[in-house]
Amino acid sequence: MNLNPNLLLAIPLAPLIAALVAGLLGKLVGRAGAAAVTIGAVAISCGLSIHVLYELLHGAPTYNETVYTWLVSDSTIMQVGFLVDHLSALMMVVVTFVSLCVHVYTMGYMHDDPGYQRFFSYICLFTFSMLMLVMSNNFMQLFFGWEAVGVVSYLLIGFWYTRPTAIFANMKAFLVNRVGDFGFVLGIAGVLMLTDSLDYADVFAAAPGLADTQLELFSGHQWSALTVICICLFIGAMGKSAQMPLHVWLPDSMEGPTPISALIHAATMVTAGIFMVARMSPLFELSEAALSFVLVIGATTALFMGFLGIVNNDIKRVVAYSTLSQLGYMTVALGASAYSIGIFHLMTHAFFKALLFLAAGAVIIAMHHEQDMRKMGGLWRRMPVTYWTSLIGALALIGTPFFAGFYSKDALIEAVHESRRAGAGYAYWCVLIGVFITALYTFRMIFMTFHGKERLDHHAQEHFHDVGWDMKAPLVALAIPSALIGFYTIAPVLFGGYFGDAIFVLEKNDVVGQLKHEFHGAVAFALHGMTQPPFFLAAGGVLTAWLFFLKFPHWAEAWERKGKAVHTLLTNKYYFDWFNEHVLAALTRGIGRLLWRVGDEGIIDGGLVNGSAWGVEKLSFFARRVQTGYLYTYAFWMIIGLAGFLGWFLLRAS
Amino acid sequence: MNNLLSILVWLPIATGLVVLILGEGRLAVARWVALIGSIITFVLSLPLWAGFDGDTAKLQFVERLPWINSLHSDYALGVDGISMPLIVLTAFITIPVIIAAWTVIEKRAAQYFAAFLVLEGLMIGTFAATDALLFYFFWEAMLIPMFLIIGIWGGPRRVYATIKFFLYTFLGSVFMLVALIYMYLKTGDYSIAALHALPLTLNEQIWIFFAFLFAFAVKVPMWPVHTWLPDAHVEAPTGGSVILAAIMQKMGGYGLLRFSLPITPDASRDLDWLVILLSLIAVVYIGFVALVQQDMKKLIAYSSIAHMGFVTLGAFIGYDIVANSGDLRGATMGIDGAMVQMVSHGLISGAMFLCVGVLYDRMHSREISAYGGVVNTMPKFAALMVLFAMANAGLPATSGFVGEFLVILAAFKANFWYALLAATTLIWGAAYTLWMVKRVIFGPVANDQVAALTDLDAREFLILGVLAVAVLLLGIWPAPLLDVMRATTHHLVEQMMASKLP
Amino acid sequence: MITLQHMLVISGALFAVSVAGIFINRKNVILLLMCIELLLLSANFNFIAFSRYLGNIDGQVFVFFILTVAAAESAIGLAILVVLFRERRSIAVEDLSTLKG
Repeated sequence: MNLNPNLLLAIPLAPLIAALVAGLLGKLVGRAGAAAVTIGAVAISCGLSIHVLYELLHGAPTYNETVYTWLVSDSTIMQVGFLVDHLSALMMVVVTFVSLCVHVYTMGYMHDDPGYQRFFSYICLFTFSMLMLVMSNNFMQLFFGWEAVGVVSYLLIGFWYTRPTAIFANMKAFLVNRVGDFGFVLGIAGVLMLTDSLDYADVFAAAPGLADTQLELFSGHQWSALTVICICLFIGAMGKSAQMPLHVWLPDSMEGPTPISALIHAATMVTAGIFMVARMSPLFELSEAALSFVLVIGATTALFMGFLGIVNNDIKRVVAYSTLSQLGYMTVALGASAYSIGIFHLMTHAFFKALLFLAAGAVIIAMHHEQDMRKMGGLWRRMPVTYWTSLIGALALIGTPFFAGFYSKDALIEAVHESRRAGAGYAYWCVLIGVFITALYTFRMIFMTFHGKERLDHHAQEHFHDVGWDMKAPLVALAIPSALIGFYTIAPVLFGGYFGDAIFVLEKNDVVGQLKHEFHGAVAFALHGMTQPPFFLAAGGVLTAWLFFLKFPHWAEAWERKGKAVHTLLTNKYYFDWFNEHVLAALTRGIGRLLWRVGDEGIIDGGLVNGSAWGVEKLSFFARRVQTGYLYTYAFWMIIGLAGFLGWFLLRAS
Repeated sequence: MNNLLSILVWLPIATGLVVLILGEGRLAVARWVALIGSIITFVLSLPLWAGFDGDTAKLQFVERLPWINSLHSDYALGVDGISMPLIVLTAFITIPVIIAAWTVIEKRAAQYFAAFLVLEGLMIGTFAATDALLFYFFWEAMLIPMFLIIGIWGGPRRVYATIKFFLYTFLGSVFMLVALIYMYLKTGDYSIAALHALPLTLNEQIWIFFAFLFAFAVKVPMWPVHTWLPDAHVEAPTGGSVILAAIMQKMGGYGLLRFSLPITPDASRDLDWLVILLSLIAVVYIGFVALVQQDMKKLIAYSSIAHMGFVTLGAFIGYDIVANSGDLRGATMGIDGAMVQMVSHGLISGAMFLCVGVLYDRMHSREISAYGGVVNTMPKFAALMVLFAMANAGLPATSGFVGEFLVILAAFKANFWYALLAATTLIWGAAYTLWMVKRVIFGPVANDQVAALTDLDAREFLILGVLAVAVLLLGIWPAPLLDVMRATTHHLVEQMMASKLP
Repeated sequence: MITLQHMLVISGALFAVSVAGIFINRKNVILLLMCIELLLLSANFNFIAFSRYLGNIDGQVFVFFILTVAAAESAIGLAILVVLFRERRSIAVEDLSTLKG
């Protein structure tokens, strides 16, 4: 049975309409109305997405149709349309499900906020944008969704617009994303140049014939056109998925309310880059160099962002650095040609990371807007549901066997191990050490927040109150897939050919295919995992965290003192922010001022424009000397002129 | 109606004279006459779109009357796919300008309205003229009302600005007149079609090309003849800035498409690098300069220059693409992009200047540092301003994206580095616009004056809302605009590529 | 015998004197007017000389015209001078420089 186009259209449009209602008619529908409309719309989207996934699993063919023609320039046609296959259907379900949880959670989290309707409008608009992104069947619409999620993210990070830090963070986020988009749009332009189409189907069909196309960037130097284009596209992904060095915006984006950190900056928007590269696998597969680039960037991000999680004391920022690190993991999977594992990790990560963020948000609300973990501790007695659910999230994150994160992460590490691509060795060590780091910072957070002595200050003590069920229910709803989804879906998704044609892998790069030979069911996979290095590293990480941050906290302090230099480096986030603010931004403003004052006002206006006026003035200053105003001078010059003419006339005549 | 274009040209001028006669004494009546006149003009411009045949590149709605017989110049009007959208845009933009000035102008308000109506007629005439001398007549006549608008209702440095504006543009057009007369002496006919058909040697073409380029580059304005624009914008009243940015800057782009490319195709091919270079400088250099502006109007003025860089880039990018691949599609895409960018920039820059006007009417300051946290007191205004700012930064689903996107796509076909430099506008555009938004709109309430601001009234909300709808509509569905231009751009590309050497 | 040369020399001398008068005189506008009369006189001299030399009466007719014009001109000139003096209380050439750039 074919998919019903009207149902597909309803999936993105329902949130759009709800967003417009909540946003434009916010006063009319009221707080409850706005919440009801948006939650209802996202619930419809979620239900329909699950329905679509179900249909696809039961034999419905891939849907690839145009909705309307955006523009036609000569014979280049740009359309808005949907491509719904197994890859996009999976993303749709993840997006709408997490979005639904976040919508429900928001009712509690934003309860006292005056911008209640506005917030619902924004997150609903975000859901629409994200759906347009994942359902797109062409590059133009992909770019639309890409930018639209960026804008909504901008609006949401700056949701509390009176906070200077928030409005700084949102501008930073948008600008860093724009640097990525700059590469992205170049990649799209390159695709159009090579294939004369922006439609995925046309482009991917034409891709194999382009493998040897060269592009002359500098005279005399030929580059593989696809490598250039893929790297350009990946720069877009680096911006959106916060890969080094374009990662700087993500930690700052924690200035936004916590629900959007869960939805946008953990589960969905930041994974758009991963989704995009997986979608573009027919292009990336043809460029070994671009994939190596992806691999190295991802590995670097995975490891080095993890380190930062260890020294941070802000509960949300720890989760944010963890997200950066996990995004690095997914990117590594893409670089190793294990796209399906990347998407699989994206899915499991979406659940457990959203869970961790929402749990962190619950703690923050319970603590009356306190985010510093040094002022928490021992909370597990006070908020048991939050504690147990975040424990599930943490266990999933560090890759405990049988939990969701284990399956995706272990498969990922194995795949990198199998890969023979340039940079794979480096990447393998990075992700392996990363496992230890992940366990260390995750359980440092759990121990500091929920265990040990209560370190609540007076204010928090007084106002402490556990959160209501409107916030706990989404935690539970997310905890279930965080625990179980890996176990149930690894076999079909990774090794059962779930993605089919949606993801294209060359025979020689097919690391997932190699893993398939060693795969004998989810239980065996988990048992096998317990004998592998990642498991011991994770266990070591938890143990270290227990020793340093719970049992003997003075050890941590001693380490801080001894490794002063390293600690300074980490607390300053490798000086990326410092560099961007004091070198890049300052330089840009300096150049701007120079061009303005010297170029525009000095040379062009001062020299050419006012200079010519000045020249005319000087000239006329001398000219006016002749005009004495006395009759005799005029008469004198007349006579001189007459004599001159006569003389000339006579001389010429003779 | 076979004299629709004449009505569109003369109706606003006649209305303007009526408003002038009514004068300050009957201002209330004069205002309504002005508004109704501009609305009727816009309504009458709609049949132009509806009755337009997009399948042909021929001139439509043609009118021809003898004008100056001894010079073989006719009063000849007509539109094709390039001029028609710009005429509709002109008729549309004048309405918000009239409404925006409703109660704001304190001295000689009737004359203010009259000036804009006369200006509207002259601008429509410029776009509709198909006789070069008539075009020149409208082109120069247009300067007079704008000169008065800046000179009478302008800011403190209005005399400097208005003289700079006048001399700059006048100097440019003198060269154009010389080129036109030179060609007239060869053809004996001032009709633009005859000029298009005139064979010219490469040497002649190069001289004529530079004469045209100078005239149009000043109007666009292209770097380095752009410095009149920030001054003119800063000193002009809100309506003057809107018309200046929305329509008058388009005259330059229109002139390049109407005159330079078809009349001097061989010279354009030889010298396309120059225009491309200047366009890219406009994008990058002006991006830097816009970033550090302290004055909102100046910032928007500079961003206009950068955006118009895409128009000139798109117009001239085609030669390189054809040289690379022999593919005419890229050239068409460039010109399509240039056209969409012109229409879109007309809407967005107009809206941005109206936004600044809204703030200026309340606080009488354009300094960015005088504001901060406007969203707290003016939420509706803030929402619209952020929308326009995003459109200015080229956000997809707003019209600002379409033109830039098409031009970048075309530029990549010509040369990777052109595309790279052009695409930096994504960064600059976002940087200067959002930094301004951050400092003006967001943040805590900066001072008592901001705290006392009142949100948009119905009149302001109406004009900004209508512009917002237009900006979104053109971004979500630009196809109709491209459809009416298709045959014309196709024809233009053929003219561009065909050699005119004798 | 008085030849044409003698006449022309006189005429030239008159012309030179009057031009010098116009240049050098910085005192009085009346002197200027007188110099102009002198200029016209020199022109008349030429007309008469050539009229006689060529045996053509036309030159002498012109002289009458010029005399008439000169009379009218000095009348108007003096009238202007009177107005000027009323206006500025001075007819010194030094003071009359309103055309100065």
